[in-house]
Amino acid sequence: MRAIITVIGKDKVGIIAGISAVLADNNVNILDITQTTMQDVFTMIMLVDIKGVTIDFSLLSEKLEKKGDEMGLSVRIQHENIFNSMHRI
Amino acid sequence: MIRSMEVIETIKMIQEECLDIRTITMGISLRDCCHSESKISRAKIYDKITRLAADLVKVGNNIEKEFGIPIINKRVSVTPISIIAESSDEEDYVKFAETLDEAANTIGVNFIGGFSALVHKGYTIGDRKLIRSIPEALSSTKLVCSSVNVATTKAGINMDAIKEMGEVIKRTAHLSEKQDSLACAKLVVFANVPEDNPFMAGAFHGVGEPECVINVGVSGPGVVKCALEKVKGADFGTVSETIKKTAFKITRMGQLVAQEASKRLGVEFGIVDLSLAPTPAVGDSVAYILEEMGLEKCGAHGTTAALALLNDAVKKGGVMASSYVGGLSGAFIPVSEDAGMIEAVKSGALTLEKLEAMTCVCSVGLDMIAVPGDTSAHTIAAIIADEAAIGVINNKTTAVRIIPAIGKKIGDIVEFGGLLGSGPVMKVNNFSSEEFINRGGRIPAPINSLRN
Repeated sequence: MRAIITVIGKDKVGIIAGISAVLADNNVNILDITQTTMQDVFTMIMLVDIKGVTIDFSLLSEKLEKKGDEMGLSVRIQHENIFNSMHRI
Repeated sequence: MIRSMEVIETIKMIQEECLDIRTITMGISLRDCCHSESKISRAKIYDKITRLAADLVKVGNNIEKEFGIPIINKRVSVTPISIIAESSDEEDYVKFAETLDEAANTIGVNFIGGFSALVHKGYTIGDRKLIRSIPEALSSTKLVCSSVNVATTKAGINMDAIKEMGEVIKRTAHLSEKQDSLACAKLVVFANVPEDNPFMAGAFHGVGEPECVINVGVSGPGVVKCALEKVKGADFGTVSETIKKTAFKITRMGQLVAQEASKRLGVEFGIVDLSLAPTPAVGDSVAYILEEMGLEKCGAHGTTAALALLNDAVKKGGVMASSYVGGLSGAFIPVSEDAGMIEAVKSGALTLEKLEAMTCVCSVGLDMIAVPGDTSAHTIAAIIADEAAIGVINNKTTAVRIIPAIGKKIGDIVEFGGLLGSGPVMKVNNFSSEEFINRGGRIPAPINSLRN
């Protein structure tokens, strides 16, 4: 099962490091990363594989959110299918 | 891989434009819960609902978390209770409403629909008892919703039932006077009622439906409004195309959630209802979409045309996004649940007569309309008759959910709270319809019903 993580907020040092540490701790594999900065707003989108994840999805989601709060960022994880179904026929 | 812009677009729709799944509604057949003893019948009803829908709320919450899309309501609809209770020795159907309320409480759903009767051609014994018990049933329970179908294109209009519903609505209003006659918000009178509608208060599980089914109602007026902001001044072809594309995306969400819910609950997928259902939240209004098309206020001349375009484009866009479409499917125009409608009424732009015209082209009818508490039962019945006629002649669903707010006058505000919102009491035509309503009988089915 694959999910998409989006990180939105003000650019600063250590965003990728912070988020990927949470992912590594919970056995989430990063498949792809894209990032852009538009008018000072940092946007990172990660495609991850959560097949081997060791904890409940909602707990992982909470952990990422908490990490985001610490760094002043909005972090969310969503099942990949929501984007596929909306944008792909 | 999905492109960044697409990811951002979806997130923006959910975060800023109020995109949500309005409801996952589980339809449950209670046809095997009939019994000559009321107590046994009610125990069977309670057991079946709490067994089949035990995980509904949990599954809904999990899908919401995993996909990151809010699912506002989890609901249950059941076979019209008049059909189930009829076999029993019970005289007081309020007890059946209490059973539904208890079951809904146990499983934690937001509403349960199906305290209903279908009387478009006439009453059975159970229909009569059920309709008589509606006022007390709705004012003594919290989560139970009731609907009565009084007309179809095939059968014509049951004017006796309409007369009685005028009285039932008044009694219901009186019994819940302390809560601004809130119980009336849980009662809908239909013409051409759909059997698979997931939206309340009109949801019930039709007799042609399977044992258990998942129906999903989408929403998203805010998303359509935001999309139209980007094509300011463009011609109507562009407006229609924009709405279609947006409706497609919204409906795909609904289809996805419906499939997931159906898979996880092990229950058949029924339909997705392509409706634009507003909420009182700012930015989640159907009226604002109409205003975005260039009307100063919803209710101005041109509003009916704007709504017709919107309703049609929503269906065209949505229909390809879902494998099975059903329910009401179209734009809702409830007054108290829509911030833009409320403003339009307050400013004098939107009247009851204009709303009636709008119901000719929207998906339902006169919805969540507060009128003065002293409006007579005959006048309420006549309002229902007008709506039923629009539905019957035009082969569409129409409905009336009207609240005679006891003790309130034109311009006063009634507060229902939550998704039901609040609304100004609207002016009603005061000339009498009494003699008309007192005639009784049935208005025959129209010539366009003879299609065989």
